[in-house]
This record gives sequence, C-alpha cells and structure tokens, in this order.
Amino acid sequence: MNWRREWQVLAAMIAIFLGCFFLPVGAARFQGAIIEALALVKWYAREHVLLCLVPAFFIAGAIAVFISQASVMRYLGPRANKVLAYGVASVSGTILAVCSCTVLPLFAGIHRMGAGLGPATAFLYAGPAINVLAIILTARVLGLELGIARAAGAIVFSVVIGLLMHLIFRKEEAAKDAPEPHSTGGNDEDDARPLWRTAVFFAAMIGVLVFANWGEPTDAAGLWQAVWSAKWPITAGFGMLLAVLLIAWFGLRWWHVALGAAPVVILVIALPQQPLWSFSAGVLALSIITATTPGEPAHWFEASWGFARQILPLLLIGVLIAGFLLGRPGEEGVIPSEWVTRFVGGNSLGANAAASVLGAFMYFATLTEVPILDGLLDSGMGKGPALALLLAGPAVSLPNMLVIAGVIGLRKTLVFILLVIVMSTTSGMIYGALFGG
Amino acid sequence: MKSIKILGTGCPKCRTLAENAQAAVDELGVEGEVEKVTDITRIMDYGVMMTPALAVDGEVKSSGKVLSVAEIKALIQQ
Repeated sequence: MNWRREWQVLAAMIAIFLGCFFLPVGAARFQGAIIEALALVKWYAREHVLLCLVPAFFIAGAIAVFISQASVMRYLGPRANKVLAYGVASVSGTILAVCSCTVLPLFAGIHRMGAGLGPATAFLYAGPAINVLAIILTARVLGLELGIARAAGAIVFSVVIGLLMHLIFRKEEAAKDAPEPHSTGGNDEDDARPLWRTAVFFAAMIGVLVFANWGEPTDAAGLWQAVWSAKWPITAGFGMLLAVLLIAWFGLRWWHVALGAAPVVILVIALPQQPLWSFSAGVLALSIITATTPGEPAHWFEASWGFARQILPLLLIGVLIAGFLLGRPGEEGVIPSEWVTRFVGGNSLGANAAASVLGAFMYFATLTEVPILDGLLDSGMGKGPALALLLAGPAVSLPNMLVIAGVIGLRKTLVFILLVIVMSTTSGMIYGALFGG
Repeated sequence: MKSIKILGTGCPKCRTLAENAQAAVDELGVEGEVEKVTDITRIMDYGVMMTPALAVDGEVKSSGKVLSVAEIKALIQQ
C-alpha cells in the first residue's frame, strides 16, 4: 500500500465523518451560511462567468495553442544566459503556467536540466500567480489595483527569491548530473505566423474582455464615463475585428462566420438593452465554428474547453465554500467578521505574517483563492494581508511542498518556504502602507 | 511488445493522452502496454520538462502536447 497517497484519503474520511457527526443542522448561523453560499454562487454566475471567465478561457486556450512554449523554454535551458533566465522565469508563467499541473514538472525541469535552482524557484513562485486566468479573475473580482499588485509583486519578488536561493546554495548547485533535455520541436506552425499577427489577434480578444467588463465609474463625467456608456459598441467592434482576423489568418470559412454573426446581429437589434444575449450568441457561434474547423481553430477550442472543464467545477466549489464560511459582501457566513478583522485586519506585521503563513500552508485549487479572498476582504481583512495571501497562496501548499522536497531536498524546500513567507509578508506591508487607506 | 509510457503528474491532459495511447494500441492490435509515469523525478530522468509527454520503448517522442489517436499510431508504427 502506498501510504503517501492513502493517508490523505484516510484523513479526509475522518474529517468528513467528524463533520457529519457534529453537523449543526438547525443552528441559525449554520442555516444563514448555507443561504449565503447559494446567494454568492448566484452572484458569481450573474456577474463573472459569461463576460469574464468565458472570454478568459478562450484567451488561455489561445495562449496554449498559438504561442510556442518551446520558444520560451529556450531561455530557460542549460545554455541560457543566466541573467536573462531570471527575467524570463519571472514572467513566463503567463504563458507556461496556464495549467497549474504543469508548474511542478517545469520547475523540476528548469532546476535539473535547465538554468538551475535560481530561475526554477523564481518560476515556481511567480508562475501560479501570473497565469492569465489568475490575473483576469483577480482583477475582475478583487479590483484592478489588487490584480496589478499581485502580478507586479509576484514578478519582482520571484527574482529576489530566485537570486537568494541561488546565492544560499551556490556551492551545492555547481555539480549536478543532468540528462539532456528532450526538445519539443515541431513548432513550424508558429513560425508561419508573424509575431505581429499573433499580437493583433490577442489584442482583439483582450479588447473584448476588457470593454465587456468595463465597470461603471463613480463620477458621472469624464473619459471613464464616456467609455462606460459606449462599452458595448466598443466590445462589438473588437468582436468584429476578431471575426475578420479569424477569417483572414486562421482559415475560418467566411460564410461560417457570417452565419454565426447573423443571430448576434439580430439579437443586438431585437434586444438592444440586454447585451448579454448577443454576447452569449457570439460566444456560442465562436465555439461552434472553431470546434468544427479542423486544424488550429479546433485545437484552440479544445484547449479552451479543457480549461473550462478543469477550472469551472473547482471554482464552483470554491465559491460555495467562500460563501459558506464568509458570506456575501455585507453579510456573515459561519465565521464572524470580527474574527477576520482581529486576525488579518489592518496592516500590522502580525496580520501580514499570519496571512502569508496561512497562504503558504493552505491548498487553493486553481483560482479558488480569489472568491475566498473576496470573502475575507469583505469581512474586514486588510489590503496588505490580502496581497500577502495572494502571493504566498498559490506558490506553495502542503501537498506541493512534498513534491518540491522530493525534487530539491528538504533543506532547500524549507529555505524556499521561509523566503516565500518573508517576501509575501514584505510585499503585503509595502502594498498595505501605500494603498491600504 | 511495445512499451508506451505517459509522463505526467496526473492532470486531465495526461489522462487524455493515456486514453488516446491505449486506444491507439487497441486499434493497431499490436502487443503493447501503456504505463503512466507520475513520479516527477522519474519524469525528469527522461529529460522531459513539458508534460504530458509520450515515450515509446524508452525514447521520448513528444512532450507538452496531447496527441491524437492517429498521431500516436504513427509514432508506434515507426
């Protein structure tokens, strides 16, 4: 029997049994929390899924299919420029870490066969925080400010952590036996399309995402207000650009696209006040057309669907848990708000450190850290501790510590975790001092 | 007897690749065994960074991609 796996099952069983045994059915707070969980799921379904998550899945799928991962790996290989490797490792998570399950093999690969311990740890720290889905969802749910702070904090501090790891362990790292990395090869398709075309294509998709989600500004005048009132025509413009690009460069048949666009246009005319309908029709048309066009478009749809299938169920569970524990904005779940305020409120060293340690040991399934943090913020968590938790959270967790320890050894893992906690606490303190208000 | 190894830590993509590999073996009717390698240090021994990867008789044929059944058939027959 493999106890490394079995003990987890056993522990989960005992925990579930004890939970059922002491289930407080009938207690007011428990029943209120159940209602809160359902209300929060409804709110997410209405506010975040169609306009934000669905386009984000298409963007993540496009990154996986249209951008050559192998070309990025060149900068992290054994013959890579060591200085450049840190920079690439800190930002390449956007492209390489769209699927959280690839982070650990890449980390192990960069460490053993590639640019070494420093860039590998930089990648491990930044990767999960700056993958495209994480940034989009953080910015959408928790606000643009925290979304940018998360990406910037992850990038800057990953380089610091990588360099420190390299300096601390530079003697041990000198001699290693490394197998020759297998070249992925076969990226001819990517070379066929010039970089600027790929860039325009991504700009069109990001345009749809950004303007469809444009929030109503607080002051009723100025540029932001003007953009807000024109957000749907602008979104439609980017959508049309996308359709044209797909015909011109990606081999979609024009009459397919025209057939797909017809219901969208009809819905725009018939229900001009309800853009969600035409937006949904557009998404549906894009899905059907790409799925049925062999080659790159079909691969794109498959990759996007793969992300949706993997992440949506996790997110649903995450939102339910967040709603149950912490409630909707302005309401309380199982955990009273004052506990949260006392533990991680304000911007003290203690609050930031507590959030970092909590984040480091807790396991967040892909993206579920966002709704949970949303609940914590509404319950009175400070902005600094929130960033600390966002930075420490996805980078390490108890299960992946075991894997990391297997790859680089216990001592280096402990130093890494310590660095993650210290750096996340520091970022939280700085952010909280600047924006905490 | 072909030995086909799927290298990957157990994400959905690795499972899809393993299913496709099994289907390819079945369709070809060759004697073959599809085995999943999930231990990360063993995956590294193959020199693979991008998972999921596929190795036929110990030689890595592809990495970072979910191959279709037809593509795997072609690799096995080489």
